[in-house]
Amino acid sequence: MTPASDPATATSLPIGSDADLAWVRHQVRQFAAELGFGLVQQTKIVTAASELARNTLVHGGGGQARITPLRNGPASGLQLVFIDTGPGIRDVELAMTDGYTTGGGLGLGLSGARRLVDELAIETEPGQGTVVTLVAWVSRASAVRPGSG
Amino acid sequence: MQVPEQAGADSAAHGLADFLERRREQLAQRWADGPLFRTVFTVSRDEAVEACKAVVDALSEVASTGRLESVGAPGFGEVREQLGRMAASRAGRGFTPAQIADEAAGLRTAAVELLRDETEDRPDDEARDVLLALTVLMGTLRLVIMETTVSAGEELIARQQLQLLEVATPVISLWEGVIAVPLIGTLDSARSQVVMESLLQAIVEQRARYAILDITGVPTVDSLVAQHLMKTVAAARLMGAECVVSGIRPAIAQTIVHLGIDLSSVLTRSSLADALAYALSRQGIEVSQRAAGANPR
Repeated sequence: MTPASDPATATSLPIGSDADLAWVRHQVRQFAAELGFGLVQQTKIVTAASELARNTLVHGGGGQARITPLRNGPASGLQLVFIDTGPGIRDVELAMTDGYTTGGGLGLGLSGARRLVDELAIETEPGQGTVVTLVAWVSRASAVRPGSG
Repeated sequence: MQVPEQAGADSAAHGLADFLERRREQLAQRWADGPLFRTVFTVSRDEAVEACKAVVDALSEVASTGRLESVGAPGFGEVREQLGRMAASRAGRGFTPAQIADEAAGLRTAAVELLRDETEDRPDDEARDVLLALTVLMGTLRLVIMETTVSAGEELIARQQLQLLEVATPVISLWEGVIAVPLIGTLDSARSQVVMESLLQAIVEQRARYAILDITGVPTVDSLVAQHLMKTVAAARLMGAECVVSGIRPAIAQTIVHLGIDLSSVLTRSSLADALAYALSRQGIEVSQRAAGANPR
């Protein structure tokens, strides 16, 4: 399965302040709505994006978010990439555990985000920054509207 | 050239300061006719000329200190506010920063013409250095004007952010002892702090036993927002008030569950009406429909 992602349609957004987080959420919601995600899925993706963008800001010291619409045959989806050049994550498995936090939060950012989308991948090295990629596909159940066939 | 470059630049700067003091009147008269000053000081031309003189004075002071390229030179301090008002007035009429910069460049043209007229008969090195110094100084003035334009915009944004913080969090008294806060928009750390403060204040002032936080207008509830809500609820509880979170939409409820947030410590209701009904029934207040026959006519 190699989803065709067109780099020309990727949108890069800076993450450097709380206001940028709001803008990332807004943009992600708009992309998701245009791609035909249902309201519940939209909310899930935006929430996951919010968690990861905040991680980029708080733990990574800022970075950027890249939003790319995906197409794989009849299916459409959304890929979100969060990139920072911060301290990285020492123990990814531990960081993915519910309730584990280094920032005084609830410790549900990474682990919770994984449950909200279809795929979540983390590339990180201590001192080398972190790249978190998440992908969500429009699910048939929510895409098909009553009466549309 | 025998003279070290620095000394040459200094003498050019002083030559420039002399020129500006000598031709203060003529320069002010020319500038007053340019669009930047003329369209801002519309009451009388004298007013525009006075404003121009203030700017010329500031420029000659900067020139005499030799800090031609320094935007932060103390000499500009006197006219910064005036320039800011001018730039704001131009921006208010729909001028873009680029157009304001063009008008500021017009000031240089007038000053350069005046200096050229004066040194036409002796086109030596010194005259050329003074001209160069004038160009540099006018470039700095243009930067100062642009800086005031930008900072005026930034101030406006900061003020509006503050206004949003205050406006968006009213505490509504629903019933005796029942208050509600309808939350709208993004609940970031600053907003939630304001919400918590005004809620706790209202609990004291209105002796409220029940506080309802309605999140119908909050588009995204992530773990940070949930944490803010839980802290607010806990603080209200310490004040002796019971908190109910209402307005949880189906999509938000599903997201909270998947995210793994445990809101079991928080009393929730799907709508504000349900939350009010809960608060009333807990106080022993019963709301019932009047029997049809009992309706007095």
